[in-house]
Amino acid sequence: MTETTVTEAVAAQSGDVLGADPGMRKRRGPKNWRPLLLLIPAFVIVSLFFLAPLIDVFIRSVTDPQPGLQNYVWLFTTEANLTVVIRTFGTAILVTIVCLVLAYPYAYLMTIVSDRTRNMMQLFIMMPLWTSILVRTLAWMVLLQDTGPINGLLAAWFGIGPIPLIRTTFGVALGMCQVLLPFMVLPLYSSMAKIDKRLLPAASNLGANPVTAFFTVYLPLSKPGIFSGGVTVFILGLGFYIIPALLGSSKEIMISALIQQQISVFLMWGQGTALGIFLLVCTILILVLVSRFNKNGSLFPGVDR
Amino acid sequence: MTTKRLLGAFAVLIVLWLIVPTLVIVPMSFNTATSFNFPPKGFSTQWYENFFTDPLWLKALFSSLQVAVLTMLVATAVGVLAALGLSKLRFRGKGLLEGYFLLPLIVPGIVLAVGLYSLFLRMDLLGTLPGFVLAHTIVSMPLVITNVMASLQGLDPRLEQASATLGAGKVRTFFSITLPLIAPGVTAGALFAFVTSFDEVILSLFIQSPTLQTLPVKIFNSVTQTNDPTVAAVAVITMLTSVVVMLIAQFATRKRKRPVA
Repeated sequence: MTETTVTEAVAAQSGDVLGADPGMRKRRGPKNWRPLLLLIPAFVIVSLFFLAPLIDVFIRSVTDPQPGLQNYVWLFTTEANLTVVIRTFGTAILVTIVCLVLAYPYAYLMTIVSDRTRNMMQLFIMMPLWTSILVRTLAWMVLLQDTGPINGLLAAWFGIGPIPLIRTTFGVALGMCQVLLPFMVLPLYSSMAKIDKRLLPAASNLGANPVTAFFTVYLPLSKPGIFSGGVTVFILGLGFYIIPALLGSSKEIMISALIQQQISVFLMWGQGTALGIFLLVCTILILVLVSRFNKNGSLFPGVDR
Repeated sequence: MTTKRLLGAFAVLIVLWLIVPTLVIVPMSFNTATSFNFPPKGFSTQWYENFFTDPLWLKALFSSLQVAVLTMLVATAVGVLAALGLSKLRFRGKGLLEGYFLLPLIVPGIVLAVGLYSLFLRMDLLGTLPGFVLAHTIVSMPLVITNVMASLQGLDPRLEQASATLGAGKVRTFFSITLPLIAPGVTAGALFAFVTSFDEVILSLFIQSPTLQTLPVKIFNSVTQTNDPTVAAVAVITMLTSVVVMLIAQFATRKRKRPVA
């Protein structure tokens, strides 16, 4: 009884809402590991149905049809594959840049408006996430088709068209940017919200014009947000399947579709899984590189708030 | 001030671009024409009638709801336990363990889909209810864990200590003290899990079978293979379901911000 009272007093004194004051930890002693038991179900499910499938993919990539690295040799020596890889990276980079350019002003505006407006702006950014990618892609298919309203307007106003919009890189990028924009805005906003608003007036007091002030003061301070938003959008973009499948052309497929094709159409498990491992390794490498570069960056840029 | 106006105009355009294009699906679903046409010609509810009288579409809807509800239950139960465990543990490798549970969020969907397809092929889980629920749990659970962890962070540990002091056991303390306090996070996590499962496409495409297809799989197959406008009506129905569930989640998390007395 006294022990608890002391602990409570310490907790109250330190005002440590998150608890775990040193006294507590010592007292719990050997019991400290018991919460590990709570993690067992999650650990088992993730290990069996997440880690094991990935290991399975890796094993298949080096054993199917026979043991060896022939699938990786095939991956890196087939020109068509390299074209797909370059196209996938190119599209992901394009989408990342477009998202950054669109999201930056939006996120900045969020930092200078009233709380009420900001909440609304955040809601508007989150709302598209409430509708499945499939439904949104379906909508773009209707809008972008040759007989669709966009081409209809172009014909009525400018007398041109129909311009091919669907089955083009433009269509794919448009759909991907719409889906990925929120993943850029949210980290940008959270890093911009931490920037002291007095810095820009201070810079101009010291003689910097708004452009210089922005590039030498504001932009560098918002770098963490640019990194985590950029990385999230880029790696999510690399793995997109539905949008390129429905808005792109079958002649310009991306890695995900190539993987699906190798496995479901050609039944080439080894080649498909080698491509999968390649995509996975690229994703992990980018994350590791960026988390090194960006010291307080989390491995889960989209998750931390 | 003019800069702010300019930014405001730009933001309005962004919001319009994010939200308006999706809405074309709604008039499309009331079209009288028998193919995708925009603007639609005339008004009819035939595609909704089609949906609600076609046993195949209804079966897909039922499968989706069944999978989503079961996924929600499993992901929430397991996720809440994991979040509780993580919040109580303090050791060096904790970050790694936490990262392990969140990893499914960043691994490309297609890679996991191929892996699950290969594994389920051997385990005879393809196109089965448990297969779908387990696959969807993997991608839903991280959302439950992050939501519940966020709730737990705002929880005063002295309340649990007080409950223990007054003689309540661990289980009783959890159900009468902890759970009510983190309820908003749990609710939001559960609803996110439901929507994630209800909308999941890539994993479902790989583990589907002719006997078990979820609604998104049926939509995808219909879009790529036929030109049936029924799909517009289905899209509106799934869109409404997701939006309603997410609005409830939004409402639940709003309450969280209210200071706990």
